[in-house]
Amino acid sequence: MTDATAPLLELRDVSKSYGGVHALRNVDFAGRAGSIHAVLGENGAGKSTLMKIVSGVIRPDTGEMRLDGRPVAFASPREAVAAGVVCVFQELSLVPDLSVADNICITDPPRRFGLIDRRAQRRVAAALLDRVGCPGLDPRTRVKDLPLAQRQLVEIAKALGRNPRVLVVDEGASALSGAELARVFAVLREVRDGGALVIYISHRMNEIRELADRCSVFRNGRHVETFDAHTRGHDDIIRMMIGREMTGVFPAKPAAPRDYPPAIRVDHLSWDDRLRDIGFTIGKGEIVGLGGLDGQGQRELLLALFGVLRGVEGTVAIDGRPRRIDGPAAAKAPDIAMALIPEDRKTEGLVLAMSVADNIALSSLGGHGGGILIDRARLESDVESMVRSLQIKVGDVNRAVATLSGGNQQKVVLAKWLMTKPRILLLNDPTRGIDVGTKQEIYALLRRLADEGVAILLFSTDLAELIGCCDRVLVLYRGGIARELAGDDITEMNILGSAFDVALTGSPGPARAAGAEVRP
Amino acid sequence: MTRGLRAALSRNLGLLLAVGLFAALYGLYSAQHPRGGSAALLVQNSNESFALILAAMAQTVPVLTGGLDLSVGPLMTLVNCLASRVLSGGPVELAFGILACLAAGTLGGLVNGCLVVYGRMQPIIATLATGAVYIGIALFLRPTPGGAVNADLSAMLTYDLAETAAVLGVFDGGQAAWFQPFAPIPVPLLLVLAVLLFVWVPFRGTEMGRGCYAVGSSEGSAYLSGIDVDRSRLAAYTLAGLFAAMAGLYLALQTGTGNADAPQAGAYTLNSIAAVVIGGTSLFGGSGGVVGSLFGALVLRSISFNFRVFDEASWLGALADPLLQPLFEGMVLLIAVSLGAARALRIRNRLQLFG
Repeated sequence: MTDATAPLLELRDVSKSYGGVHALRNVDFAGRAGSIHAVLGENGAGKSTLMKIVSGVIRPDTGEMRLDGRPVAFASPREAVAAGVVCVFQELSLVPDLSVADNICITDPPRRFGLIDRRAQRRVAAALLDRVGCPGLDPRTRVKDLPLAQRQLVEIAKALGRNPRVLVVDEGASALSGAELARVFAVLREVRDGGALVIYISHRMNEIRELADRCSVFRNGRHVETFDAHTRGHDDIIRMMIGREMTGVFPAKPAAPRDYPPAIRVDHLSWDDRLRDIGFTIGKGEIVGLGGLDGQGQRELLLALFGVLRGVEGTVAIDGRPRRIDGPAAAKAPDIAMALIPEDRKTEGLVLAMSVADNIALSSLGGHGGGILIDRARLESDVESMVRSLQIKVGDVNRAVATLSGGNQQKVVLAKWLMTKPRILLLNDPTRGIDVGTKQEIYALLRRLADEGVAILLFSTDLAELIGCCDRVLVLYRGGIARELAGDDITEMNILGSAFDVALTGSPGPARAAGAEVRP
Repeated sequence: MTRGLRAALSRNLGLLLAVGLFAALYGLYSAQHPRGGSAALLVQNSNESFALILAAMAQTVPVLTGGLDLSVGPLMTLVNCLASRVLSGGPVELAFGILACLAAGTLGGLVNGCLVVYGRMQPIIATLATGAVYIGIALFLRPTPGGAVNADLSAMLTYDLAETAAVLGVFDGGQAAWFQPFAPIPVPLLLVLAVLLFVWVPFRGTEMGRGCYAVGSSEGSAYLSGIDVDRSRLAAYTLAGLFAAMAGLYLALQTGTGNADAPQAGAYTLNSIAAVVIGGTSLFGGSGGVVGSLFGALVLRSISFNFRVFDEASWLGALADPLLQPLFEGMVLLIAVSLGAARALRIRNRLQLFG
């Protein structure tokens, strides 16, 4: 290189939107060779979209990317890899049915007589595994038989084997801790010292402090600032990630905290290695928020409560009596009366081709009249009253639900479950991708339900929503409750601080996630 | 080593099951048959099995990618009819005829692949449609059953090595003393080994072949890893076409004629899928292989062999009714599929069952 400060990778004015939602807006980014560059931002800030553009998974709508000063446009991850841009993916790019060695050498394996040389491939894999601190792993093991932490190490070994000039690690070490993590950090530093650019995305602020030379902060799809690490404190960085105004879209909370009679009590709930010893109660009439960064176990917790997961340990007591809930059918039975508004309304919440009325009636077909046959007249009047009370904007309830806007579709999902008259309502990010007006109506609805005595557990990726709606917020970190916030403690600083698991000046340090540091 | 061995065993459980089932069924058959275990019977049985084995191999490759090929039987039939037109004349003409047959089948497979990859069609629909087209072409080539396949070629490839040597006039017409131990070896058996060794093993050892497994196991991961997903899928259907062509060619040699028999084509397709499943290849793709399907086909054939020899007077007399054969085949298939579906018992997040 002629100029030591010229960026190795540069993005100029890059934008990307999905169906009208801007994931990235006019983003500039530059990373130098021989540095570790951390990319920070809260959920939906655009980090992963940016990395997908860099590694050729998606193409930007506008803007250009330069590598070594030359414009490049990758049509696929293949082309990116060929140019030396390698990504350790958050969702892992390993093929489960192939062996570790096959995966590490999946493109460009060692060859003999034109065919893949399995023995040489095993040697290559073993050497790379050794380098990432996983020497005992047999390269012939199938990837699907490995635990997540080892898969991440294999994924990193695979990336190293491609001799990257730009190595993107997108949450690629999230399951590692202790000695494994230290070893991976050492390897990343080796890669940097070899003259490559390492782009590191993590939700763990302490890792970034330890590893990064430079940091870039993103917010709402925009680049906020790039600076040398160690020049800013945690508080500054978190403030950069928040940086937005609160608006008065939320209904008033009860003035003073009340004593709610408990509706559901959860003790020592664990599942796989995704949920760790979770315990909490929700009172009748209380809205409890579930916060934290993506993928810390929030969705699994909701599914576990709703009986979708198998092998859940711990106890769940409804109205003081321990219950075993072994499926959605049991959960919605009148003696438990639980409802879950699922994550993806298009696949889990609605039958898109069916009419609005049929969708609303779907979960409560047993409840309309006593006989075997559905009492159409009563059903229709129930549906009509639900459409009115939720203000679902639909001319004719017999139209297919697919024709409604996202906000109204979500209201149909809510209506469907409200028809079952739930006493415990679980919501999985119910306002994602919905316009502000509908959001506001949903917030008001939740408060109204709470006032009627429904216990509500609301998972949201939107911080403002947790702050505005909830009486209490549980912040999850790596499958455990990192911190419980109530009343005036529910602030963006506190939630994000606990979500990133850092102690902020002026606020009490968050409890460590149970078991987070005792992984083997 | 024992760990590697155990891993290899668990990976090939389906294959081992098929091998065991075949050994049991064929053992039963040999024990019942008056000429059980004789060379002549072995030749006859391998002849009867070879076409289905090739059809099952053809089906395996698309299934590995998570697809399906309903045109295996029709493509076989098409090549069978083509062979009945071109397999005559002198050695040079015969050689060109064989090449033409193989090329036609490969082309048919390539067309399937293009429709799936570039036409973005569901494999089932694409191959259902092309299957009908291939039957149509077969009927056009051979409106009524007939044709004459070179008898020498037929004799050379569908009996034992002694016959082959006699036709070729080598090793004293197959009478040489040193040749006698090899003389009774059925030629189809050698052909199977040749196909495995010179077609399947090299294919598996290429990036394309491994790509087929990767695509079937997790298409997203394969794409993110930089595998050429399109090329792997194209290769899978093309190779299926080649295997189907071999099957059709062999059928022509075996019967000596061409016959555009649509029901028979359908039966071959369905049996090929059954053989693939019995052989332990996952219909979801990603695991299994051609060797399993070979034994899967043998299991199906052994069942039908048995129904020829069940003696009403013996302890198996209750099974002697040939009408029970489909029932029996269906039960074996159900058992094989149930074992494959046992994975559902291990899933921890029930939503994944629908994914």
